[in-house]
Parts: sequence; C-alpha cells; structure tokens
Amino acid sequence: MAGQNQRLTVVPTVTMLGVMKARLIGATRGHALLKKKSDALTVQFRQILKNIVSAKESMGDIMKTSSFALTEAKYVAGENIKHTVLENVHNASLKVRSRTENVAGVKLPKFEYFTEGETKNDLTGLARGGQQVQLCKAAYVKAIEVLVELASLQTSFLTLDEAIKTTNRRVNALENVVKPRIENTISYIKGELDELEREDFFRLKKIQGYKRREMERTLAASKMFAEDQEAEKVSLQKGISMNAAHNLLSAAKDEDIVF
Amino acid sequence: MANRGTASNNSALISMIADEDTITGFLLAGVGNVDLRRNTNYLIVDSKTTVKAIEDAFKDFTAREDIAIVLISQYVANMIRFLVDSYNKPVPAILEIPSKDHPYDAQHDSVLSRVKYLFSSESVAGDRR
Repeated sequence: MAGQNQRLTVVPTVTMLGVMKARLIGATRGHALLKKKSDALTVQFRQILKNIVSAKESMGDIMKTSSFALTEAKYVAGENIKHTVLENVHNASLKVRSRTENVAGVKLPKFEYFTEGETKNDLTGLARGGQQVQLCKAAYVKAIEVLVELASLQTSFLTLDEAIKTTNRRVNALENVVKPRIENTISYIKGELDELEREDFFRLKKIQGYKRREMERTLAASKMFAEDQEAEKVSLQKGISMNAAHNLLSAAKDEDIVF
Repeated sequence: MANRGTASNNSALISMIADEDTITGFLLAGVGNVDLRRNTNYLIVDSKTTVKAIEDAFKDFTAREDIAIVLISQYVANMIRFLVDSYNKPVPAILEIPSKDHPYDAQHDSVLSRVKYLFSSESVAGDRR
C-alpha cells in the first residue's frame, strides 16, 4: 500500500504537469518496448531449449559411435597407439572461433570450430590400422562439431536466461513502480491545480458581487436625486418653491403676536 | 547483423577433463594443445587422480582466457558436482559428455536439469501471464 500512495516530490505547477505527462508517455513507451523485447527473447529462448534437448540426445549417440571407432582403431593398431597420440600433442589444430549474434539487443556468443595447420598424427598407425585411425579421427571431429554446436546453444541459453530475467525485472519495475508513481504525481498536481482554480473562481465571484452591490447603490442614489430634481422643477412652475411649500405646511406654529 | 564478431579472441581452445580413452580420441581429432610451459589443455583422469587435482584443473580451465569450451566426463563432473553446479558463467561453456564405461545420465547434467525445470515451469508461467 505504501508503494501505491507514493509520489514524486514536485511543485504543483502547470509546467510540472507537462513534464510529468511527458515522463508518463516515455515510461509507457519504454514499457511497451521492453515487453516486446522480452517476448522476442522468450521466443528465441524456447527455440534454444528445444534445440538443447535434441542436441544433448544426439550427443550421446555421436559419442557412442566415436568411442566405438576408437576401440576399433585400438584393436587394429594396437594398444600403444594411445601413447603415440598422447606424445604427439603440440599445438591445437582444431580450435573454436566465437562470434556474437544479436537477438533483440542481446549479444549471444556463437562458437564455430575450424582447423588450422596440419595434424601431427598423420603418420599415426602407419604400420597398421591407418585407415581405422583416420576413421576414428573423423568420428571425433564429428563429435566435436556436435559438441561445439551444443556449447553455443548452452551459452546462448545461459545468456538469454539472464537477459530475460533482467528485462522482466525492468518491465515489472516500470509497470508496478515507476508508472503508478508518475500517475499519482499527475493526479496530485491536477488536484492542486483544481484547488487553486476554485480559490480563484471564488475570489472573482466575491469581487463581482461587491462590484454589483456598489453599482446598485450608486444607481439608487442617482435615481433618488433625479426624482428630487423633478419634483423641484414641477413645484417651481407653480410658483411655490417645493422647499417653501414644505415649510408652509410643516412650519411650526407661529407665535402669537401681541400688540 | 549476425556477423559482427568479436575480433579479439578469434581462436580459442577446447579443453577436456576425461578418462584416457576419450582424451585420446579428441587428441586424435587435433584438439590438444601444449604451451611453452608444458601446460596442457586437458586432464587425464584415472584411478590415481585425486579429486583435488580435478578441482584445480576445472578452476584453471574455467579461469583461462583462451578456453571457450570445457568438456568434462560426466562421472568426473559427478566427483566435483558442487563446483560444476555453482559455475554459472556463459563462457567458457561447460559440457558434460558421456564416457565409454559410464553411460550418459541426463538426470545429473546441471544445465539439462535447468532446461527441464524451465520447460515444466514455462507452461505454468505462460498460463499466469
């Protein structure tokens, strides 16, 4: 629940809202891309899994054949061929070259074997069993071919496994942490902005009301003045001042004059 | 796209830890290498070889820069199973191979067991997603 209510500490302004919206769009796009990447990797991964299982099975057969070829060679060429071979080791003529293959931004190492130079064992079994020795050699080269293939599959498997884990972790982080946080921030900024707007609106209303009241008061005052003016004019035409008439009517009793 | 290869370690060796017959066969194919200090890229395991020697060879081969693949007989791998299982780097790749007098048992293979595990869990995870 703590993760749900989290938001970034920002100043709630319109500019910040724009920035946050841009970030949300970026996060959404990144999330979609990473999801696609993860899917692509998973497809590749499953293919490799299938290949590994079949290659492991074929490896058993190949190894059996090559062991049998060696036994044949030993039978024909004598037991001491072993020592001849072991003594004749100098430089590897069969090596592996590694190149990288790019799958959705993940570099997968691929091994391939190649031979360079001449094998020193060419004269092995010259006295007897030369053909068997050569056959045995061919069988083992074939075994190496399968094993190298298997090795690259296995390496790809490990690398992809790691890459998929990382990608999924990123996808989940974006989906469950980054995006909700930005969304919370956006709703917070929106709330704050609405609050400000309401305050502003209320203030404007207040000022408007005050102004209107003021206006009514002046209007009423001027109206009264105009009426007074009108009455004055009428009474003047009759020859009596309004004020005087008033005085005549409403004057206090005169004092009796005593002679 | 695929051919952007690494130029630096263009040629690497295949090393082996196995019984004498298997090693002989692979040496015949031309895998063996002896450098100037008489260090070999293979270890012949017989009844007199100690587990310590195998461990050392395994550590040495996996630490070397010029080795891309380590072939190890499965019965030898079983002797140092804890080392093989804890090894998790992609390069060099560890391959468990069957030997003549020890048939291949898929149950013990560290990578294959992971593959099998993922195969079974993939379907479950696929449903959940």
